[in-house]
Amino acid sequence: MTTAVGPADEAAVGADEGWRRLSPRMLAVHPVMELRRLIFPLLAVAIGLRSGNGADGGWWALGIGVLGIGLGFLRYFTTSFRITPTHVQVRRGLLRRRVLTVPRDRIRSVDVTSNVLHRIFGLARVTVGTGQTDTKNDGVKLDGLSAAAAENLHRELLHRPAVEVSLQSGQGLRQGGGTGVQTQQPAAAPAETVLAKLDPAWVRYGPFTLSGLVAIGVLFGLGSRLVNEGHVNLTKIGYVHDSLDYLGKRPLPVAVLLVAAVVVVFTVIASTVGYVLTFWNFRLSRHDSGTLHVRRGLLTTRDTTIEERRLRGVELSEPLLLRSARGARVLAIATGLRVGRGSDRGGSILLPPAPHAVAAAVAGTVIGDANPLTVALAPHGPRARRRRFTRAGTVSTILVLIALAFVLFGDAPWSVFWSALVLLPLGALLAMDRAAALGHTLTDDWLVSRHGSLARRRYVLRTDAIIGWNMRTSFFQRRAGLTTLVATTAGGHQRYAVLDVPDAEALRVARTAVPGLLDQFLAD
Amino acid sequence: MVKGVNMTADVVRLRPPMHRVSPRALWYWAVRAAVLWIVLLVPQVIWWFADGDGSALPHLVVGLIWLVLAAVHLVVMPQWRYRVHRWEATDTAVYTQTGWLSQERRIAPISRVQTVDSERGPIEQLFKLANVTVTTASAAGPIKIDGLAAADADQLVADLTARVGQTTGDAT
Repeated sequence: MTTAVGPADEAAVGADEGWRRLSPRMLAVHPVMELRRLIFPLLAVAIGLRSGNGADGGWWALGIGVLGIGLGFLRYFTTSFRITPTHVQVRRGLLRRRVLTVPRDRIRSVDVTSNVLHRIFGLARVTVGTGQTDTKNDGVKLDGLSAAAAENLHRELLHRPAVEVSLQSGQGLRQGGGTGVQTQQPAAAPAETVLAKLDPAWVRYGPFTLSGLVAIGVLFGLGSRLVNEGHVNLTKIGYVHDSLDYLGKRPLPVAVLLVAAVVVVFTVIASTVGYVLTFWNFRLSRHDSGTLHVRRGLLTTRDTTIEERRLRGVELSEPLLLRSARGARVLAIATGLRVGRGSDRGGSILLPPAPHAVAAAVAGTVIGDANPLTVALAPHGPRARRRRFTRAGTVSTILVLIALAFVLFGDAPWSVFWSALVLLPLGALLAMDRAAALGHTLTDDWLVSRHGSLARRRYVLRTDAIIGWNMRTSFFQRRAGLTTLVATTAGGHQRYAVLDVPDAEALRVARTAVPGLLDQFLAD
Repeated sequence: MVKGVNMTADVVRLRPPMHRVSPRALWYWAVRAAVLWIVLLVPQVIWWFADGDGSALPHLVVGLIWLVLAAVHLVVMPQWRYRVHRWEATDTAVYTQTGWLSQERRIAPISRVQTVDSERGPIEQLFKLANVTVTTASAAGPIKIDGLAAADADQLVADLTARVGQTTGDAT
């Protein structure tokens, strides 16, 4: 829990001593970061300046820039932190002074990231996660410790039984720099077992991750924003003009195919580059002190530490494309670790896209039981299967009817309707794949469930991590005698569903996984 | 045939929770839905006035659809809900059943309960009702009991709080 503590309470925590500052080298980094954040206003002003009224814009841009740099400097002087035996405290703010106090036993993860700029100066950013999954101001961020100090802090915070490394001396003596720090650990550092390491051959899964599509989307958005704000007429630019001209002369299907091909090629390239950037030097290791350690990144390096006692299970994720290449990735289900949401989703990754067998093996090692990852799942039966088809069929039919309406009332050409018909077989294929995915089972300590096609997932959740059951039945599910059984838990997605399982089986699973809870609610 | 009988005898089923909610909840659900339908009426009225010179037919059709859907919803939904909505709190678990077209049963062990809240919105106050929300450490797990008589809600909160206080651990 993160609490803002006023000056009065602060005294209770400890005397007013031991406060430390970020690394002074951060004086060089903060201003650049602030400028980067101001890039859009600056660009807009600069472009506005070019397109018209005089020197005013120039002064504005300069003003904003100076303000940004000033703020960056201020952040160094206004931020300080300290680590007491029981708490981590961060003081920040110029006008609104705030002291964030985090009890050390509430710390659930420690994340050390360094982007290119950080690494040039041998710095790192430490994020202390407290497990408030959805608040924006999550945990404590210390942006700009020297890499050695960050490493020490990291160890000090999470490997509690380990040696007491004095941070002050660590900061003074070892100005080692960027990434070499790991090698010079103190002798008493806990032993470490490497569970998985990136095999360069895995880069072949890069094109199947679609991360490049996101990059293209971002670039496109960026471009259109610049074009809009700068009132640039694209058709006057030579390349764009020529290629539009070229496309215009082709028949429509050819033009569509050409554009699609270009998008595919760019996506493949961008996805592969993205894979290398994100996962280069990937290493998953287990420390004896009871933590899992993930280290990865080519330019921006990232170190994530997860306490094993917070681990509630693992998720084997096989999106359709990745599955077509027999790949899968592994995510952790842990309390206090958020799942999915932009760049933060990386926090729970245990293995990048890799061969399916490797992924299953690593996931099995992490939870200490290979069985749940490989055991055959009980299928959900013909009614669940039929439901996949009726649902997909309904959606495709509605879309086809909409297309028909456009043709009849909105004078769209008939080709729209004919091409929409393709949705029907596509829907059937999707339904078939979704039906094949359905399955669940209970092994000794684990609830295993699998569903989905475009994003197929196999969850392995520890049964004692289940803190409630939701049994959902829609009107049609009740007629078919099916239930969607949802196990709620404090980690990961918070809800893990067993989709469309026959009523009796749902009850059996719920009763077996959490013994005693449901017995009192059974009908006589 | 004999086999079928045997099977149904063997099958264990979950019974619905013990208690119904207050009958005043019928009115509460109806009023809440009515507010929604009135909000949906607003764009229609705006359209009516903005489109002064068009023919009246489309307005009549849309208005009629609105009227029929609203009437059916307001008559059917509260009755249906009242038959479904039930709750029960034992020494070890909280168990609810909610919904109408789509229904849901939620069960949480008392040992995993983190907070017990009671709340009264403006419409609920009108009918002397209150709702009770029981949360666990999972964001997907809150159990909400709608349409309790205010006195029952207070009693339930007191009971649950006492029971939760007896359990230990951090409930994750």
